[in-house]
This record gives sequence, C-alpha cells and structure tokens, in this order.
Amino acid sequence: MTMKNLMLAIQMYDFYLNDIKLFLDTHPTDKEALATYKKYKHLRDNAVSEYVQNWGPIVANNSVNAEKFSWVNNPWPWERSAN
Amino acid sequence: MWTYEKKLQYPVNIKTPDAKAANIIITQLGGPDGELGASLRYLSQRYTMPYGQVKGLLTDIGTEELAHVEMISAIVYQLTRNLSIDQIKDQGFDAYFVDHTSGIYPVSASGVPFSVSPIQSKGDAITDLVEDMAAEQKARTTYDNILRLVDDPDVKDAIRFLREREIVHFQRFGEGLRIVQDNLDAKNFYAMNPEFDLMKPCLG
Repeated sequence: MTMKNLMLAIQMYDFYLNDIKLFLDTHPTDKEALATYKKYKHLRDNAVSEYVQNWGPIVANNSVNAEKFSWVNNPWPWERSAN
Repeated sequence: MWTYEKKLQYPVNIKTPDAKAANIIITQLGGPDGELGASLRYLSQRYTMPYGQVKGLLTDIGTEELAHVEMISAIVYQLTRNLSIDQIKDQGFDAYFVDHTSGIYPVSASGVPFSVSPIQSKGDAITDLVEDMAAEQKARTTYDNILRLVDDPDVKDAIRFLREREIVHFQRFGEGLRIVQDNLDAKNFYAMNPEFDLMKPCLG
C-alpha cells in the first residue's frame, strides 16, 4: 500500500476506535461495543506495524532502534504532502 | 500525560491558499467557541468530577479537542502558505500579518487573542456538563457559519468532519449528565453538589 493509503487506513481505524471509546465511557459494559473495539484495535495495530516498518514512526519511540532518529523526518502532519 | 502521534485525526490537503478564509476559520483555534478553549474546559473540569465514567469522558473528549486544535491550525497554515504581499493586502490578511507574519497564533476572527474568559470550570457536575453541552452546540453553529462563508471543497471537507464531532460530543455529554443525575437524589438533583459536599473534611 502507498504511504498515503496506509495512513488513511490508520486514520479510519483510529477514528472508529476513538468514537467507540467515547461510547464506552458512558456504556462501559456494552458487549457489542467492547467486541467491536477489540476487533478494530487488532486491525489498527497491524496497519500501524506495516506503516512503521515501511514509512516511518507514528510515535517517537517507534524509531529508537534505527541508525538515524527518523522521527524528525519530513513531512509533518500539517504539511500537504503528508495528507 | 500525553504522547504525540505523528498524524492528523482527519486529512487536511488544501490546494488553493485563501487568506480570507483563514481569517474566518482561525476563530475555531483562538475564538470564544474554539477548539483550544474546548480542550482546556474539559481537561480542567475533570479533576473534581466524582464519577469515573464522566472523568473518562472529559479526558477523552478533551484529548480529541487537542487533535482538532491541530487540524484547525493545519487548515490555517495551508490557507496562508506562499502568499504574495499583494495577496496579503487584497485578502485582508495584512492586520494579522503585521503582528504574526504567517505564524499560527490563536485569535478570534475579529482579532481578539485567545482568552479563557469564555470557558468555565465551576466545580459542580450538573453545571459543568450543561456548559459542555452548550459549548458543543456553540461550536457546531460556528462550523455551520464557516460552511456558509467558505466555498472551497478541500476546506469544507475538513470543516464538515469537525462539525460532526461537535454533534457526537453533545450526545456523549448528555449521557454524562444522565449518569451524574442517576447518582443524585431523583427528587432533588440540586440537594447538594457532588463535587464539594461529598468530600470528607481533612481533620487535624
């Protein structure tokens, strides 16, 4: 997958997870929401692993083992070329 | 504590700079019903909130608002890039430019610097949640007004996403208010303030 498509997939998973999280705050025993959260958390984690391996860190500590601290690489999220 | 994720919550990719639109949209960064104030409101109110579910809600929505601060800042940044001095003058960006160049500074559309005066942390669960519900509606109205004033589909797409979040947050805060009321005396919700009157006095 291209960098932009993979980032878009992560953004979609994170949007879904964030929205379910807010629902779970006020419905903490909702079994369907808990199961959906777990399912999409797994998909999100896989997409993030693929992104970090191919395109760079999402959080700074993704880059600690590299030869260069790739966290500082452009583009940053507010720049057009990252979107 | 917080950890930064190197991504926007929703993509912002604006092909055509437009300083006039930036002048309007910046109000959702530094204006009276903007995202920065929203974040500080919820993240400040949570400390004395007595119920775990509502502490979670204030923490999580307050955190999401920080992602919205970043999105609005990205929109303003992209709308004001590569402007000529003639464009800055013609598009009414000169008053902002003289103080901030193209730097991102939280002000309202009328140029008033960000202030916490329009937000409240009252230390009363019902009062704060009713404020939060009103705040989400005020932000939704502001986004509706922005959508009336802006034509560029690249800008409208991101603004529509932010507008929709206000509606979801309003719904969740309504549920938070119900949770608070479920913990209170159903015959008189105002018999005491659970953020103050349930505290045990510190003796000695």
